[in-house]
Order: sequence, then C-alpha cells, then structure tokens
Amino acid sequence: MASVNRRVLPGFSLTLGYTTFYLSVLVLLPITACFIKAGSLSFNEFWSAVWTERARAAYLLTFGAAFVAALVNLVLGLLLAWVLVRYRFPGKKVVDSLVDLPLALPTAVGGLVYASLYVQKGWLGRYLVPLGIHGAYTRCGIVLVLIFVGLPFVVRTVQPILEDLDPESEEAAASLGGTRWQTFQHVILPTLYPALITGFALAFARGVGEYGSVVFISGNMPYKTEIAPILIVARLEEFAYGEATAIAVVLLIISFAMLLLINRLERWSMRHEH
Amino acid sequence: MNKKILIVLGLILSFSIQSLAQATAVTLLNVSYDPTREVWRDINSNFIPRYEKEKGVKLTINQSHGGSSTQARAVIDGLEADVVTLASYLDTDAISKKGLIKEGWVDRLPDRSLPYFSTIVFVVRKGNPKGIKDWPDLVNKPGVAIVTANPKTSGNGYLSFFSAWGSVTVRGGSRQDAIHYVTKLYQRVPVLDSGARGATTTFVQKGIGDVHLAWENEAHLEVAEAKGELELVYPSISIRAEPHVAVVDANVDRAKGHREAAEAYLKYTYTDEAQEIFAKHFYRPNNKAILKKYDATFPDIKLFPITDIAKDWPDARKQYIGDGGVFDSIYKPKGK
Repeated sequence: MASVNRRVLPGFSLTLGYTTFYLSVLVLLPITACFIKAGSLSFNEFWSAVWTERARAAYLLTFGAAFVAALVNLVLGLLLAWVLVRYRFPGKKVVDSLVDLPLALPTAVGGLVYASLYVQKGWLGRYLVPLGIHGAYTRCGIVLVLIFVGLPFVVRTVQPILEDLDPESEEAAASLGGTRWQTFQHVILPTLYPALITGFALAFARGVGEYGSVVFISGNMPYKTEIAPILIVARLEEFAYGEATAIAVVLLIISFAMLLLINRLERWSMRHEH
Repeated sequence: MNKKILIVLGLILSFSIQSLAQATAVTLLNVSYDPTREVWRDINSNFIPRYEKEKGVKLTINQSHGGSSTQARAVIDGLEADVVTLASYLDTDAISKKGLIKEGWVDRLPDRSLPYFSTIVFVVRKGNPKGIKDWPDLVNKPGVAIVTANPKTSGNGYLSFFSAWGSVTVRGGSRQDAIHYVTKLYQRVPVLDSGARGATTTFVQKGIGDVHLAWENEAHLEVAEAKGELELVYPSISIRAEPHVAVVDANVDRAKGHREAAEAYLKYTYTDEAQEIFAKHFYRPNNKAILKKYDATFPDIKLFPITDIAKDWPDARKQYIGDGGVFDSIYKPKGK
C-alpha cells in the first residue's frame, strides 16, 4: 500500500528535474557567479564599496521609488483590471492590448520619451513646470517611469481572478443588505488579495531592477536622483568588477528578502481568506 | 592525354586555386567607440584594396562600436578584436593589464600610438545669448546651465572634468582654486547623463542648458545638424584627448595572417591619405602638415596633456574621478 502513487498524472521526477535544471542554468548559476566575484574582495573592500553614504542614498532611492511605483500600480492596476473585466465599451480589445505594451517597448525609449514630455519645453512640461511640477530629472520622474514599466503586472494578475469571481456571492451580499462599498470591501477584495500581492511583488521587483528608462529621466545626481544600478555602471567604468558585483549582491540580498516577505504575506492572506 | 583526366586535373587545379584564395582571405575586427563608425568605414574602404594589391590578401574588416569602456570590457571578456581603437588610454590600458596586449604597446606605433587626437569644446545656442567664450564664463556669467555627461560613467564626462580642472591649474591656479571652480561648475549642471549620447540628446532635443561640453568631432556634427540653431565656441585652453590605437596581441596570433594585416592596417592610419580622412571627419590628424591644411576646422588653441594635471591617465582618474576623489567631494552634502 505504501508504494501507491497518489498523483493522478505521471512525470513528477522528470518535471522536477527539469525545473531544477532550468532554474540552475538560468537563475542560480549567474547569481552564484555574482557572489563568487564579489567574494574576491576582502571584507573591508566589500564594505567600503557597498556601504558609503552615497550608496545608501542610492539604495534608499531604488527601493523607495520601486515601492511607491508598485503601490500606485496596485491601485491603478486594480482599477484598470476592474474596468476591463466588468464593463463593455468600444475599443476594449485595444485598451486590453495597450496594457502589455510597456513590456515590449525598450525601456530606454520609454525613459527618453517620458523625459522629453516633462522637460520645460515638452508637451506636458510646458504646462506643468510653471505650476512647479517637475516630471523630468527628479525623483518624481523616476517613480513615473517605474509606474510605466510596472503597469502590466497588477492588471494581469488580478484580471483572471476578477473574471472567475462568482456574481452570486455579490448578489447574496446585496440581498443581505450590504452596501456596495461593503460588498466590495468584504466580498470582492479579500478574494483578490493574493493576486494583488503577487502583482505588487512583480511590479516592485521590476522597478528595483529597472535601469534603461530611469537613467534617461533621473538626471543621475549623486545623493538626489542616482539609483543603485548607476553606481554599478560607474564601478564597471573603472574596470572594478569586484566592487560592481558587490553592489549587485547587496541589491540581490535586499530584493530577495523583500520578495520572501511579500511571499509570506501572500500565503498569510490566502490562509486568512479561507 | 585522355579528355576525362584533363577535366579532373582542371577541377583539382581550380579547387586548389580556390582554396589558395581562401587561405589568403583575412577578416579583421576593429573594436572602437561610438562616434567613429563613419571615419573607420572610410579608412577601411581605402585600405582594403590597397592591401589586396600589395599583399594579395583579401581583407574583410568588421567594425564594432559602443561606449568605449563597455567595448574594452567586451574585449577583456573574449570579443576577438584584432585591433582596438578606443577613446581613451584608460580603456586600452585595461585590456593590456589583462595580458591581451603586450606591455609597452604605447610605443609600438609612431607618436605614442596616436594617429589622431581630439579635445573638448563648447556648443552654445544660436547667437551665444549667455556670451560664453571661455572656461571662467561657465561659472561667472549669470544663470548659465551646463550640460555634460557623468564623469564616472562616461569618457566624454571625465575629459570635460579634466579640461575644466586644467583650465585653472595649467594657467597657474592653485588646487584650491580648481576645486572651487569645478564645484561651482558642477553645481550648474542640471542633469548628469550617463553617456555622451544622452548628454547630446538632453542639450539638442530637450533644449536643456546653455552650453554643452562635447568632443570636438561630435560638436562639429552637432552644429552642422542643428542648421544654424547651435554654434561652436572654442575655449582658449582644453585637454588633449588621446584615443590610442593598438593591435590585440593575444587575438591576432590565433590565426594566420592576422598580425601582419592588423599591423599594416594601423600603420596605414598614419599615411597622408588616412590622415586626410581623419581630418575630414573632424578628428585632429597627427601629421602636422595636414593639421595645418585644415586649420580652419581646427583652431590652434592650447591643448594641455594629461601629464599637466596628473602623473598619467590612471592617476588622473584615481585622483579626480575615482571613489572618494575630487568629483565625489563636490556632491557630498554639506556638514558631513
């Protein structure tokens, strides 16, 4: 009896083996190489490369901007997904496809276009700059492009869940005297939590790693608008591979820790739901 | 003799001629930096027929372009360049330090392996409304915004920094004066683009800043393309930028015929013909007579060598641009 295979479909060991191989070659190997390269530094060298005041300002900006952008995407992405699932309107297919466009566009192009729109002479900048809103070469600009590159993630994770949502539970809530807001808050939202958190995590991770668009809109001023990946490029420019990978390792560790945390949160919200 | 045998013999002969011809075909790779695409294309199209006539070798010369230090890293990481023609000594030196180019490479070709040189000049808006004529104007004229690339991530960027520094110290100013000057200058830089191309876009397309510190050759093109909207200004002094050329020893010895062709190729860049091509693309030719012939394009301003402000290029980068150097101190928040 003990040897009975409880799985319906065969191929567990094959697929697991493939997954392990795939992850190793694509993810673990490069990351290990990164750690080994950074390991060529002594502790003092490592520390003085990654923990300067300037580097700390850059980490804070990188993670801070990615976090804010992911939060905005959380709200706007939910709204977009809601509109796309719940309503019918002309051009819906087009809007639906537009959502994925930021993934296809080379991000450097996105950054350049955003910057040229928001500079003083740009289409939007000429009206916004006199009002004191500087979209280009500020932290605000960085958040703006990160919202752009992270847009698809929340929409695409929430959309299928919304589509599968059972209208009966909403009707039940309404017939039990719940207001619309109560229905949304207590019936719809809880089922969406896991998808929202996943979307948030993806958008956040994307924002942390983003380089191409940010360098064109940030202005790269040390202590103010300089993101951590710029420090890596600066170090590579000096052919200081060890120091460059050291900064990358710090980014990796912080990102990994935050993603683990978000994962936990997602698990917790799923258990909480049932 | 049998006809069949003749045909077979003929076939064998033609095959062997073909393989002989194949043996004397060589493909070189010239790894260079961004703006040199056109100048090397012109030089290649002149050199290839000449080499075939002289040596009977059919050359193909491939070009690779990108940010200079990115290119250097590609060669270090295994891009099989036969020759490197990069923007700065620092990049060629980095390849040499990895053992791919033999020590003493600087002296293997005439004039310290510099078939051409260049400098940093100013590009200003039409009519030069802020009246920018020389380095002191950048910090003294009211409201001047300066566009230059980040010295930490761009060759154009650090050459501009060195020029600015030397404009003070080479003319007798003290180190303190120079620190004061560059601090004021970079406080007037609203955007630090990561590369030269980004800085050009910021200045030309987005209309930011009153003056752009650019390579001389790029400044000429920038002004020509702007159709009267921009003007060139030559400061009275600037840095002598040195884009060295070198044969990559480790790569040319891998296959037959590469070293000979690569060395001939770089030697060719010193001929009058090639020197004229450099001049036409706004790079200052090494040959003094040809430089003089183009003196309308290349005003005779004082170009100071890097040794006027540091021991050598690596020392200059360490002192001024490297971690904890002068450039870093400019941005350090006050009171820390």
